[in-house]
Amino acid sequence: MEKLRSTLPNMLLSLTIICVSAGAILAGVNMYTSGPIALSKAAALEAAVKEVTPAFDNNPINECYKAVTSDGDSLLIYPAIKDGKPVGVAVESNTKNGFSGEIRVIVGFDTEGKIINYSVLQHAETPGLGSKMQEWFKTDKNNQSVIGRSLASGNLQVSKDGGEIDAITASTITSRAFLNAINRAYSAYKGTDSSTGATESAPEATTSSETKEGGNHE
Amino acid sequence: MSKIKVLTNGIIKENPIFVLLLGMCPTLGTTSSAINGLGMGLATTFVLVCSNIAISALKNLIPDQVRIPGYIVVIATFVTVVQMCMEAFVPALYASLGLFIPLIVVNCIVLGRAEAFAAKNGIIASSFDGLGMGLGFTLALTLLGTVRELLGTGKFFGLTIMPEEYGSLIFVLAPGAFIALGFLIALVNKLRKA
Repeated sequence: MEKLRSTLPNMLLSLTIICVSAGAILAGVNMYTSGPIALSKAAALEAAVKEVTPAFDNNPINECYKAVTSDGDSLLIYPAIKDGKPVGVAVESNTKNGFSGEIRVIVGFDTEGKIINYSVLQHAETPGLGSKMQEWFKTDKNNQSVIGRSLASGNLQVSKDGGEIDAITASTITSRAFLNAINRAYSAYKGTDSSTGATESAPEATTSSETKEGGNHE
Repeated sequence: MSKIKVLTNGIIKENPIFVLLLGMCPTLGTTSSAINGLGMGLATTFVLVCSNIAISALKNLIPDQVRIPGYIVVIATFVTVVQMCMEAFVPALYASLGLFIPLIVVNCIVLGRAEAFAAKNGIIASSFDGLGMGLGFTLALTLLGTVRELLGTGKFFGLTIMPEEYGSLIFVLAPGAFIALGFLIALVNKLRKA
């Protein structure tokens, strides 16, 4: 077959056909993969919720609700309920203070506000330095672990800022950002923060029974 | 040129990384571990083979003056297919490579092979060329990833070989990628001359 000459109708026709068929192929692949993508995302979230909360018998994913943090942002809270009683929550939190990009963590609190566990969902911190946060704050060594700490008495801070937590060596910015995400999660869990009383502006948070439960502790 | 020659051409004689020095951005960005390098290499190989076949088949239908936009749309389609399939079926790998997958579109090797080979040769020869170039790219990325992972964290494909304390962090970071790549290119040049 002769090569098509570069006349305007030829060029228009050729590019149009290529684009339309590319669009059709992508639409087909998207239809085929959107199901598995949604499933794998849901499975990852469910595994993360399970990892950070005590054993529960409800469905935290379906019962999740939004709560407002002290700085006016809203975070998703997944309540864990066993035998009709709340045993804790998983809070999906994030921070933009990281060394590069957003850090998303999911952190579990028991009903007293103690950290049960956490899991880093997404981050783009430096490999080998900031990326250590996935293990560092779980490791029971010196003062670096946040597991079992209660935020009821105040926000967590790195020791450089006068707090109790040892920052990751050579990654103070990441450590600060990580603790910021945890603190935000706690302030959302507590609903009403002492400084702003942000719950007033969040009708969906006040209607939830879990927030009332949180309110009992104040 | 026989098919075998076309195939080995991409792997050894014109290895895209060690000889042509094309596609440095994903090379340096994704090879912080061997498995990342392998995953990126295989994704690129798939795109290379598919785009070479498609462009070789379409080469007479695309007028010369609009060939680059045409090629880019074809390549971008395959890259998006790879991206969606990876997200659906290997979410863990997608999480670590996510940012770099869309960048395969602008990888010089893919467009370079479309221009230099697929636009002038038949479908079968083009598919072999894509496969050879892709395997050469995969080999180079895996090698670079292995070296960086071993020197940086003391691991080989995730298995601890030596304690992490002996690793030197610089090899996991960008400067280590340049250093390791430089030494590997020197080594390959030496072997090619010998």
